[in-house]
Amino acid sequence: MSGKAVVITSGKGGVGKTTTTANLGAALALQGCSVVLLDADIGLRNLDVVMGLENRIVYDLINVIDGTVEFRKALIKDKRVDGLYLLPAAQTKDKDAVSPEQMKKLIEDIKTEFDYVLIDCPAGIEQGFLNAIIGADEAVVVVTPEVSSVRDADRVVGLLDKKGEIPMDNISMLVNRIRMDMVRKKEMLDVSDIEELLQIRVLGVIPDDESVIVSTNKGEPVVLNGKNHLAQAYRDAAGRMLGQDIPFNERNHSFVGTVLRFFGLAE
Amino acid sequence: MFDFRKIFGLDIGSKKAAKERLRLVLIHDRTTISQEKLENMKRDLIEVISRYIDIDVSDLEFRMEAQDEKVALVANIPITENNEVIKGA
Ligand SMILES: Nc1ncnc2c1ncn2[C@@H]1O[C@H](COP(=O)(O)OP(=O)(O)OP(=O)(O)O)[C@@H](O)[C@H]1O
Ligand SMILES: [Mg+2]
Repeated sequence: MSGKAVVITSGKGGVGKTTTTANLGAALALQGCSVVLLDADIGLRNLDVVMGLENRIVYDLINVIDGTVEFRKALIKDKRVDGLYLLPAAQTKDKDAVSPEQMKKLIEDIKTEFDYVLIDCPAGIEQGFLNAIIGADEAVVVVTPEVSSVRDADRVVGLLDKKGEIPMDNISMLVNRIRMDMVRKKEMLDVSDIEELLQIRVLGVIPDDESVIVSTNKGEPVVLNGKNHLAQAYRDAAGRMLGQDIPFNERNHSFVGTVLRFFGLAE
Repeated sequence: MFDFRKIFGLDIGSKKAAKERLRLVLIHDRTTISQEKLENMKRDLIEVISRYIDIDVSDLEFRMEAQDEKVALVANIPITENNEVIKGA
């Protein structure tokens, strides 16, 4: 078996890569896939706390890379869903402790036994970024509706192609933290604006929602606890990743906007 | 001419500014020409143009612009008053 490795990246920091990795991973596992969440943010690991698995860490990525243990032994099994595992980053070592070749080899190995490897990329475009993208077959670029985030996303898309050898067709974006109230007032870029600017496929649209903070407080990804619209948005994105044809319903336009656009009175 | 968009308040909102600014920034970011080359070109252009007309170097503007799917280098080069070109001499 050969699974797929997908890097979750953004360029700009703090836009939601780790939250996205946790929720997409959990949603894929709920759909029956076997998934390894790989925290590539060495020195600043966080996926463990977002997943609520921080107390179960024994070995980390560096222990696997330097051959102390084989990767299976370092995987932490999430007891809430079948098939979901975390490979935590090292918290102490610095990020130069890993080379791109080593990362590539590790991801290849994991792919022989799992359907998906989701790689949580560090912010920036330095060595840590290169390590995170090198073994990926696909990329999800997380972008928030802000000028700086969109700009950085564009830069990252170029690098994914050039340095990561990830073709444009395998790159999609997840628009995070969208606020419909602001979109309606035309005070925020909407999904179609971002799509037009970046020219990449939209995998999902995630609203800005305080339940993300509540779920991080508890260490429980929103996808795992239920029924709210946020969980649904992540499940939809995961479904699209699996090739399901899932429509975008609440797609950023108000009814009034649609009518005005029809008469050519608004963009 | 009155504008429906203004009347309906559809022209306000900062997203329009965000989009326009991003459009230009991305064009700039995506060009493979280096910042250094761009600066050199600017200097050369100024030198050549100055050979023929007096220009106001303090007020120069160079930028990349999108024009129907193509990217154009737009230069705005104010010429100083008392210039032969203006007087038509
Ligand atoms: N959809 C959302 N609604 C509200 N808050 C969100 C949303 N997504 C992320 N956040 C919040 O934004 C912050 C940053 O999220 P996260 O840690 O996932 O970003 P990151 O891109 O991984 O950051 P870094 O670049 O530091 O690794 C967190 O406090 C998180 O709770
Ligand atoms: Mg993170």
